[in-house]
Amino acid sequence: MIQFNLNGRAQSLSVEGDMPLLWAIRDVVGLTGTKFGCGQALCGACTIWVDGQPVRSCQTPLSDVAGKNVTTIEGVSGRVTEAVQNAWTALDVPQCGYCQSGQVMAAIALLETNKKPSDADIDAAMNGNICRCATYQRIRAAVHQAAKSLA
Amino acid sequence: MLNNLMKNAVVETPASRRHFLVGSAAVAGGLMIGFRAAPAMAQAAPAAAVNPLQGYISIGADNVITIYSAHMDMGQRIYGGIATLVNEELRADWAQIKVEGGAGNPRLFGNLKWGGAIQGTGGSTGIASSFDRYRQAGAVARTMLIQAAAAEWKVPAGEVTVENGMLKHGNKQLAFGAVAAKAAALPIPANVALREPKDWIYIGKDEGVVGKMDSRAKSSGQQNFTIDVKLPGLLTAVMIHPPLFGATVKSFDASKAKGMPGVVDVVQIRRGIAVVADNMWRAMKAREAVTVVWDDSKAEKRSTKALMAEYRDIATKQAGKAVATNTGNVEQGLKSAARVLEATFEFPYLAHAALEPLNAVARIENGRVEVWGGHQMPDIYQRIAAGVAGVAPDKVTMHVMKTGGGFGRRAVVDGDIIQEAVAVSRSIGGRPVRVQWDRENDTRGGRYRPAYVHHLKAGLDAQGNVVAWYNHIVGQSIIAGTPFEGGYVKNGVDLTSVEGANKLPYAFPNMKVDLTTTTAGVPVLWWRAVGSTHTAYAVEAFIDELAEAAGKDPIAFRLAMMKDSPRHAGVLRLAAEKAGWDQPLPAGRFRGVALAESFDTFVAQIAEVSITNGQPKVHRVVCAVDCGVVVNPDNVKAQIEGGVGFGLGAVMKSQLTLENGRVVEGNFDAYEVLRFDEMPQVEVHMVASTAKPTGVGEPGVPPIGPAVANALYQANKKRLRVLPFTRPENA
Repeated sequence: MIQFNLNGRAQSLSVEGDMPLLWAIRDVVGLTGTKFGCGQALCGACTIWVDGQPVRSCQTPLSDVAGKNVTTIEGVSGRVTEAVQNAWTALDVPQCGYCQSGQVMAAIALLETNKKPSDADIDAAMNGNICRCATYQRIRAAVHQAAKSLA
Repeated sequence: MLNNLMKNAVVETPASRRHFLVGSAAVAGGLMIGFRAAPAMAQAAPAAAVNPLQGYISIGADNVITIYSAHMDMGQRIYGGIATLVNEELRADWAQIKVEGGAGNPRLFGNLKWGGAIQGTGGSTGIASSFDRYRQAGAVARTMLIQAAAAEWKVPAGEVTVENGMLKHGNKQLAFGAVAAKAAALPIPANVALREPKDWIYIGKDEGVVGKMDSRAKSSGQQNFTIDVKLPGLLTAVMIHPPLFGATVKSFDASKAKGMPGVVDVVQIRRGIAVVADNMWRAMKAREAVTVVWDDSKAEKRSTKALMAEYRDIATKQAGKAVATNTGNVEQGLKSAARVLEATFEFPYLAHAALEPLNAVARIENGRVEVWGGHQMPDIYQRIAAGVAGVAPDKVTMHVMKTGGGFGRRAVVDGDIIQEAVAVSRSIGGRPVRVQWDRENDTRGGRYRPAYVHHLKAGLDAQGNVVAWYNHIVGQSIIAGTPFEGGYVKNGVDLTSVEGANKLPYAFPNMKVDLTTTTAGVPVLWWRAVGSTHTAYAVEAFIDELAEAAGKDPIAFRLAMMKDSPRHAGVLRLAAEKAGWDQPLPAGRFRGVALAESFDTFVAQIAEVSITNGQPKVHRVVCAVDCGVVVNPDNVKAQIEGGVGFGLGAVMKSQLTLENGRVVEGNFDAYEVLRFDEMPQVEVHMVASTAKPTGVGEPGVPPIGPAVANALYQANKKRLRVLPFTRPENA
């Protein structure tokens, strides 16, 4: 039995401790907003937060988050989240949209700690998030727009 | 070899492992037309006495309007395009509208650019096929709604107006849903006029229409893909595929795996072994405990290094086996030339590497089969699923999901992932199962953009005019061995191998294009922009070499040869103007230009680059696009931006290599794709046009490679002839 906090609620799972958090969240809990892209922490599609820090859930064993706060795309809320999702929608960032849960999670985490990120800050924070549709230009613009709306 | 398997669309019933050889005519029901039907083959669409309110559009009493799309959406956002076309005529409130994938009725959904007989998504045909069909559907539906409201109010139909989902007469109004059932039962009106372009309020306007369909959902984790399909009792299967293309299972031992937690079964299907469990992780863990002995006696065992050496040899030392283009007399042209230039270009295999690894969900219940997936060719997959399940095609329902990318990978004629999902479900008594490839399955699973070598030779006269152009293309055929062969291989020339090279906008007095089609056991497929992914590079990079040899400006050099190609010249001039081609650049910045027509859309791109500490950087790409009537301007921009990024990553970094038949790259550490910090600023400018609309999903890809290569040459005077740029041959 592994206990942790998922999106603000207590969660207990009786599964193998080596199961990656990604599959525990998706297949056991049933929250599928977090996506599988590579399984090797190479693409960022599975980005979630553990105690507010963005991590790759495909390479995080469930046992590692015992007693911690896990936040997925389904559990984010508040001013920064709204600003990011509004900017994403206003600029029609997504194409296929498959990577965007991870992009949005990375972008919110960035803006939570850096109110006015430069292009270099965005590159540094988001370079691990692959978008095969190459929406990078709009993601960058949306991060700037979200930052502006929060100022 | 899989190519040969594709020829007869081998379909298997896993219970008996008996192969049904379904001949191509049977697979297609005799309906298959070329992937993008050659003009001569294109047939008239079936006469459309279709009730739109029973086919394309459903309006519920709750006022929810569902539009059924003939094309699947893999990120090109055709759902938004189709909604735009319908609602231009219908004039519903956008908040009422949703779009779902249609399937199962080629009469409604057959691709009109492929002849109309089968449904399909590909070749950037979505908008072209939909432009009249879905406007017509919207107009007829509106007319029927108006007639129903007029009958309700006992007023002349001509006095009823429609706006934002409301039917109005004087101070009376009705929502669409209130009369939808009655409207659907009315006779279908003939000769409903479409709105004039001057009256359009959505087509060609930026109303954020495309994004209204799903941008919010996709930004908040609410969009469901095939990987997210939920069914009661749904299981997950992971695959063990042969390590070599063409190898087959000799024997396997799953005794240990079958005892592991959550494992339901381990079954053999045509392509390999499927490990079925109650969740993905358990299936993956159990997979490690399965041992397989492979029969690789018929497998491809060559390395790409050896293949490319062979291709190079053929391209440079032999005449082509087939002739794609022959005008004038290229031999005499070359003899008469003051100067002859030659260049050899090499292109690697490329994986599609869509971010959602390939998957499909199948369930067989009471003799009925359901398949969920990114069905680019649902009619064909329906027949394949029926063959695997051993039922009639009309017992198979195809659920079309949005997918996390595609880039061509989900348009496989033998429906590889469909076969796997249905075969696994059948092997476990029809229980619902998702076959979910992991990244390594996806990268190593074959169906690549073929590797090619181009050898080019051109003659310039004393004034620097091109007097002869010769191009020998060597590589595998995508079409050979598939049911499309009849339509798409002419006189030994696979048109997808030579498109973008066989007809050029440049008026060369003597021109010959040869093709030598090779055979290899590596399965190949269309990859976003297909032939033009390599032909445009070879042509446009070599043109740049000729312009330099002639001592001419690359744009002036091209324009001088483009008098009979006004649309090509149009985008080239527009790009030059918007990029400030005549203006000097800051120190350390360099420009390059390229131009390509693909899928009847014309794109010119001008790239601005620099090289710092040996590292190339693309800063800005100015694009000019002529795709006829622009339906969704912002989506044209988005697709061209994406095409630039997709193509740029490929030419800079992507390659799929084989060592003794084994695919070396497995994940994004080795199969590299464009990352955030490598994305240039892309500007997209559209030519105002009243020509029929054409697609933009693919045409942004072809010019970017040569535009960047030509720009980098200006920076360091090195020609990049072996792709990707990171290859040591370029150093």
